Amino acid sequence: MASSSDSSTPRGESWVWFTGLGLIIGLGMVIGLLSLVIFNGVTVFWAPQVPVAQVDDGRTIIGQLAQRRIRAGSPADHPRYELQYQVGLRELNGNSYLWVDEAKIKSETFPADVLGLERVENGPAFVRPLSLRKTDGKLIAATDAAFETAFQAEVAAASAVREKLVEITRHRIGDVNEEMDKARVALRRAEDLKLADEVADRRRQIAGLEERFAGLQAEAKKVVDGGAVASLVSKDAAGREVVVPLTQVIRAWFPNRLDTWGRVQLFFSRLGEFIFDEPREANTEGGLMPAIFGTLVMTVFMSLMVTPFGVITAIYLREYAQNGPVLRIVRISVNNLAGVPSIVFGVFGLGFFVYVLGGSIDQLFFSDQLKYNNNTPVFGTGGLLWCSLTLALMTLPVVIVATEEALAAVPRGMREASLATGASKWQTIRDILLPASAPGILTGVILAMARGAGEVAPLMLVGVVKLAPTLPFDGSAPFLHMDRKFMHLGFHVYDLGFQSPDSDAARPMVFATTLLLIFLVVCLNIGAITIRNRLRARFKGASF
Amino acid sequence: MPQIMNPPSSSRIKVRPAAEREGRKDYITIKDYGFWYGQKKALDAISLDIPERQVVAFIGPSGCGKSTLLRNLNRMNDLVDGISHEGDITINGRSIYDPGLEVISLRRRVGMVFQKSNPFPKSIFENVVYALRVVGVRDRAVLEEACETSLRKAALWDEVKDRLDDSALGLSGGQMQRLCIARAIANRPEILLMDEPCSALDPIATGKIEELIHELKEQFTIVIVTHSMQQAARVSDRTAFFYLGKQIEYDTTEKIFMNPSQAQTEAYISGRFG
Ligand SMILES: Nc1ncnc2c1ncn2[C@@H]1O[C@H](COP(=O)(O)OP(=O)(O)OP(=O)(O)O)[C@@H](O)[C@H]1O
Ligand SMILES: [Mg+2]
Repeated sequence: MASSSDSSTPRGESWVWFTGLGLIIGLGMVIGLLSLVIFNGVTVFWAPQVPVAQVDDGRTIIGQLAQRRIRAGSPADHPRYELQYQVGLRELNGNSYLWVDEAKIKSETFPADVLGLERVENGPAFVRPLSLRKTDGKLIAATDAAFETAFQAEVAAASAVREKLVEITRHRIGDVNEEMDKARVALRRAEDLKLADEVADRRRQIAGLEERFAGLQAEAKKVVDGGAVASLVSKDAAGREVVVPLTQVIRAWFPNRLDTWGRVQLFFSRLGEFIFDEPREANTEGGLMPAIFGTLVMTVFMSLMVTPFGVITAIYLREYAQNGPVLRIVRISVNNLAGVPSIVFGVFGLGFFVYVLGGSIDQLFFSDQLKYNNNTPVFGTGGLLWCSLTLALMTLPVVIVATEEALAAVPRGMREASLATGASKWQTIRDILLPASAPGILTGVILAMARGAGEVAPLMLVGVVKLAPTLPFDGSAPFLHMDRKFMHLGFHVYDLGFQSPDSDAARPMVFATTLLLIFLVVCLNIGAITIRNRLRARFKGASF
Repeated sequence: MPQIMNPPSSSRIKVRPAAEREGRKDYITIKDYGFWYGQKKALDAISLDIPERQVVAFIGPSGCGKSTLLRNLNRMNDLVDGISHEGDITINGRSIYDPGLEVISLRRRVGMVFQKSNPFPKSIFENVVYALRVVGVRDRAVLEEACETSLRKAALWDEVKDRLDDSALGLSGGQMQRLCIARAIANRPEILLMDEPCSALDPIATGKIEELIHELKEQFTIVIVTHSMQQAARVSDRTAFFYLGKQIEYDTTEKIFMNPSQAQTEAYISGRFG
């Protein structure tokens, strides 16, 4: 009888295939997800050629191809496709996107004069230019050789005007408004407490601010009126005349005329806007800088909070606590904490951190603010601080477990060597155990960071908003505003994907935002891993 | 006993003259000492006196309790859960179990070198001065002075003097062990415990450490656990032979190796068991 032990294949080898299969499935899913996100996220910024399509029913379409899909109900063996074009000009067409049966398209041409415009309002537009009305009133026909240079020059000039306007209206007027609010609160307080001097002071201050406000408004008006607005006269696919003031134009390009280098430039210009600018048009356009910044700051604060808490707890559990049933129960609880749904932490954060802690802080330190500013809370509402704390609490078990493991993994000899020289337990922990377990602790922090950066649900309850008027960090004292609400990439994905009125327009942004979030988490991790490897290298012996 | 005088490698056994071992007072006194790990009795009725500034070797087959006894001299076994003892150990007349005596101050007086070298993942300098740092010495000049003295005593100074700030983990195994010795003597303990300090070393490094033991003997009382008969004979003044947790024989090294009174001792040192 040939038993399995003397057959030619060694026993147990078949399990290799099982484990390998697990790896392949896992890898496949990860690679699939990543390539989907990367492909869709990157192509958002790429400008393809834009066709002028003639449809059977007599319509003409100028638009960028967005999607191609099988028509619902078409036979499986002869699938029929339909195409989605982004035609823009929402104010005229009612919708930026348009589905067409692929079979009904008679012809597609790529005329060189098709012009793509990104606009401040109403989304993009694809038109064929007729003429340019310059600031000085002169008209240049689109057929003129000088048209393109003159046009781009006017667009740049108009952009400068627009930026100046934004600077005045949004930032400088915003600052004045903020100061005004503070002054009004102070005035109400002074009036209430009958501080005659201060009342007079504050009144004067407010009058001064109002003057500044009026001045800024006048300045803004001068900017608007002063530079006569250049505009582009063009016609859309249906032949209607479309006049676009150039202050509305953020970017203009001739999609069928661009060479590869031009497309690459356009790609990076759009990518730059995406990363460094503020959002526009209900977050479906513009950049994500506030969300990137918010995510980063929140993750960093979370790590700064969770690390000391977790490490101290783990030291107590591992080094000082008496082994016994109590310790076991504590360990089990800590481990179970890791399994609690994150929304529960959000509820806890709202109930305890925001209402109880934040409420008490407001009572104690901002009672004037509450009393004289219509009960507007400062810390008693969601904000950066509470988000960081909530996530710190949520990721605490990860750091505790990792630190405990790291402490346990320090060679016994090292501990004994320290104690044998007469070091106390605390000295041994501080000087020997903690440095030696730093790489392991950092691994825990990395895991905590990865989990925290991608978490959305609890944050919605404790301080993340769709659109924050200000960054949590700016030039006004105390520079870092832990009480402010902020934007977050993860929430941005949810908001764009599921709350946006124009889901077609939001779709590409969802991918791009997801890509950015993944990229950010990877960057944070690479940073932490680099630090960890540096530490590890310090503890690695050359000879053993 | 020709058989004892002539074990396979006896030609290399060199016994130190008896004159060197006289006229010293007892320093460590172990009396009727027994020790348990939980329910397991690891040491039974140990009684021996260790004179000042002498080298005492503990020998015996594996598992007989040599390390256990050694680690009780500086109460390293306190780290183990569920231990208990009977009898007493006194150092310089004071019981190490005296409730008024802090374990930390005991350990500062009783240095220890382990079988497996265990340098800290710090620089060579920081390793050596660690014992001074923990008592709060901050003066750089004092630390440097102590570092140099200890490293010189440990015969390592010339090899590392140019790289004191390099990681100690970059040293060779033998250098690491000598570094651990330097670290153990940096705060000038009175007693030095060594648990098989040469077991992982080549003959040259072993030779250096044995020379070192001769020199250190001028200042320290040394207890060394070893599996090498030759080493015990070369370095020690007195030798204790243990078997199964019991002290079989304790006498001058000369007597133990030339003329043991117990048959078990004779059998062990002649290599017939263990
Ligand atoms: N931490 C411990 N817990 C329980 N039993 C222990 C512990 N350490 C040692 N022992 C037991 O005590 C006895 C003596 O061990 P010890 O380490 O002192 O032997 P040894 O003489 O040093 O042996 P070796 O020459 O192999 O190092 C052994 O039976 C061992 O199993
Ligand atoms: Mg041992």
